[in-house]
Amino acid sequence: MKQYETVIGLEVHVELATKTKIFCSCSTAFGGSPNTHTCPVCTGMPGSLPVLNKQVVEYAMAVGLATNCTITQNCKFDRKNYFYPDNPQNYQISQLYFPICRDGGIEIDVNGTKKTIRIHEIHMEEDAGKLMHDEWEDCSLVDFNRSGVPLIEIVSEPDMRSSDEVITYLEKLRLIIQYLGASDCKLQEGSMRADVNLSVNEVGASEFGTRTEMKNLNSFKAIARAIQGERARQIELIEDGKTVTQETRRWDDNKEYSYAMRSKEDAQDYRYFPEPDLVPIVISDEWMAKVKTEQPELRDEKRYRYKTEYDIPEYDADIITSSKKMADIFEATVAICKQPKKVSNWLMVETMRLIKEKEIEPEDISFSPQNLAKLIQLVEAGTINGGVAKEVFEQIFTNNIDPEKYVKEKGLNQVNDEGALRATIEQIISENPQSVEDYKNGKDKAIGFLVGQTMKAMKGKANPGMVNQLLKELL
Amino acid sequence: MTVNLMSLTAVELGKKIKAKEVTVVEATKAALAQIKANDKELNCFVTVNEEAALIRAEEVQKRIDDGTLTGPLAGVPVAIKDNMCTKGILTTCSSKILGNFKPIYTAEAVINLENAGAVIIGKTNMDEFAMGSTTETSIFGATKNPWNTAHVPGGSSGGSAAAVAAEECSCALGSDTGGSIRQPSSFCGVTGMKPTYGTISRYGLIAYGSSLDQIGPIAKDVTDCATILEIIASYDTKDSTSVKREEYDFTSALVDDVKGLKIGIPRDYLTKGLDPEVKTSILNAAKALEAKGAIVEEFDLSLVQYAIPAYYIIASAEASSNLARFDGVKFGFRAKDFDGLHSMYKKTRSQGFGAEVKRRIMLGSFVLSSGYYDAYYIKALKTKALIKKAFDKAFEKYDVILGPTAPTTAPKLGESLSDPIKMYLGDIYTISVNLAGLPGISVPCGNDSKGLPIGLQLIGDCFQEKNIIKAAYAFEQTKKYDRCNIAKSRD
Repeated sequence: MKQYETVIGLEVHVELATKTKIFCSCSTAFGGSPNTHTCPVCTGMPGSLPVLNKQVVEYAMAVGLATNCTITQNCKFDRKNYFYPDNPQNYQISQLYFPICRDGGIEIDVNGTKKTIRIHEIHMEEDAGKLMHDEWEDCSLVDFNRSGVPLIEIVSEPDMRSSDEVITYLEKLRLIIQYLGASDCKLQEGSMRADVNLSVNEVGASEFGTRTEMKNLNSFKAIARAIQGERARQIELIEDGKTVTQETRRWDDNKEYSYAMRSKEDAQDYRYFPEPDLVPIVISDEWMAKVKTEQPELRDEKRYRYKTEYDIPEYDADIITSSKKMADIFEATVAICKQPKKVSNWLMVETMRLIKEKEIEPEDISFSPQNLAKLIQLVEAGTINGGVAKEVFEQIFTNNIDPEKYVKEKGLNQVNDEGALRATIEQIISENPQSVEDYKNGKDKAIGFLVGQTMKAMKGKANPGMVNQLLKELL
Repeated sequence: MTVNLMSLTAVELGKKIKAKEVTVVEATKAALAQIKANDKELNCFVTVNEEAALIRAEEVQKRIDDGTLTGPLAGVPVAIKDNMCTKGILTTCSSKILGNFKPIYTAEAVINLENAGAVIIGKTNMDEFAMGSTTETSIFGATKNPWNTAHVPGGSSGGSAAAVAAEECSCALGSDTGGSIRQPSSFCGVTGMKPTYGTISRYGLIAYGSSLDQIGPIAKDVTDCATILEIIASYDTKDSTSVKREEYDFTSALVDDVKGLKIGIPRDYLTKGLDPEVKTSILNAAKALEAKGAIVEEFDLSLVQYAIPAYYIIASAEASSNLARFDGVKFGFRAKDFDGLHSMYKKTRSQGFGAEVKRRIMLGSFVLSSGYYDAYYIKALKTKALIKKAFDKAFEKYDVILGPTAPTTAPKLGESLSDPIKMYLGDIYTISVNLAGLPGISVPCGNDSKGLPIGLQLIGDCFQEKNIIKAAYAFEQTKKYDRCNIAKSRD
């Protein structure tokens, strides 16, 4: 049996988080009725001209600097010519000859093995509109709201050898970009998209095999499955004595199979040439330095600061910083309630549990730090007990409710009234003579049962400390 | 005595309106009457904006009366080449593919004119998408030269130049990619100017060759040109190639003083191919300037023969991409009876574009395709840079370069279409000015034995419009404006 090696390179498209489009002042907001975020520029009206959004350059530069790229201080835009109705000018303004970033790389760590994945280039370009087919009228319609939304394309070298390496690289890349605030990088919503270039060759072969490019991968899981599937498909072809065709394939994650879209033979000639409507972008040393100094705290720095400044365990710091959103919530909540360990606990235990249970991404968390801080303060003040707090937190997590209001409305205040507690406990004792007997015979476990019965009778709202104390006293 | 309002220059008419000797409505009506009388024959206009122009004239009059409009062109009827977007007014580029296109916005240069109180009376005919030198490639038929209707008016801004010559408007805007303002101005005996690239916003000018296109005035005299230029030139943040100039004053150069002005005549411009009558006329103009104290000498510019091939590669390459958006999807003409997307594209573009446009799209697509890009496009860009260098060298020595605008006077209708190469060669003196981004002006300097006008071209260094305005103005003082007699033109 021959041994095969998989060689993978990625082209990652990231939608940048600018408020306005790359070449006009239209909003980039997601959603909106079709063609409401449009103007003559992003709909390709005759006579309209592009004007570059500087923020796009700064984000691209920031990503380049954070991934150890060299910045092209005199970079240019080029036109990529192709006809498609979602492309209003029938050319896309992109960068071919002088991309803004070149020759970078990031280090990944897969099961303790460190490896650098080199980045060939990062270039800026505009997104296309969206085509929709109207079955009723049997016609196609175009929505140009997305047309002109800024993208960067991060092109890696073919340095990855497994889906684990690919996922680790993508996760790391995503985290860097999220920390920079350059994009929210949501695969499902398409603000991060990865195309996989893959070839296989026999271990020890001197040359790479023929590669294919896989598109339509909208989750990490789909990427991993597509890599497995494509590797298997190519190996089977080779084993059968057939050859792999250089082509673009579309992955169908439901069927777990890819389909050929177009081969190299019918690849288009994009007739790239320098965009005459835009002047070259001159990036001065000062501008580069400014972007560098304004670079937000990245994960490693944050992780270190959490340990030293907030005194939380390394393990906690690691988990919390694994998502920019989580780290943001952590810091904002701590700023309000000044209880880093308590905040960390809520994130580490309940938040992670609910994320898993609801099968969402940490980036999709939507509750406000204010509400978590209030919850912590309610527990701290003894207004609610721990059990109730968990129930309230679930409401915060799913509906972002105001815990103070919620507790008041639902009457969840902790019962600290000694008279009421004493009366209930006395009744529980009289109803459970066997447990009382057991306790007196030295079975400590029995008290747990009695506490439980008391809490149940008080609908979970009793102050557990007081229940324990009173029980011991009355027994 | 009643003055023929349309025989006045734009500035003269503006003065009369300001002095309340003439109302804006009267001026507008005078232009419309001229159009009615002559345009059926001359075909200068694609769209006459009659109703809207009269409404606008009343508004402008009010704003002149209440003192909000005080500029020199307030109330003056102006024509706009049909490749500049005018909101709600048909803007066709004289092409079938934009035959029904009404823009949703107005070009920046036109807005500047409107803000100065000009009344847009219509949109003028042109070579389709500004590709051509005769205004014969228009889907709406050729425009005729008012001096002799058997001849072309030149192009591509032939409609604008002929409309000014035929006094169907006081002045007009044209656009110049390889000579499209200067050459028709020369053929029609009017004055036309292309300023330094970046001086006038291209926002709203339907692009042909983006790196070469520049809007400019076409008028009866140098004063009008400088006045219009001062109004339409502006730094526009909507056009990335717009230049923030130190000053936008051009009219202060309208002085009859060329003492010590250094003028160079490229020997390369006076060689074979130049009509002897044109040559004589140009050299006489140079003598007239010399007599006024200018220092005139001949010199070798070099590289002149490379300008045309470089131009046709660069302009066609850009055009092939610029014209891609005309596909039947979003606006303009869409072919009937198509079967699927590609068939729609193919039929729409096959039926929507004329032969010259298709030729340049094919040429441009070819020079940009992989394997040919370096050999053609990159080489053309290098040539462009060398041509600019040759001019830089010349301007170390001279303030103004003088020569013919075109090698001949206006050819007969139909003579050029059959031989595109010959037509391309007619642009030899104007094209390098676009490649180098320089300002150039064409002023009438006489007529040939057939009575057709000859144009003198004056070229300045980048941002030195004042030098050529000064030289053109001084030359103009040596001869009276020669009005064309339309009645005589029908032979």
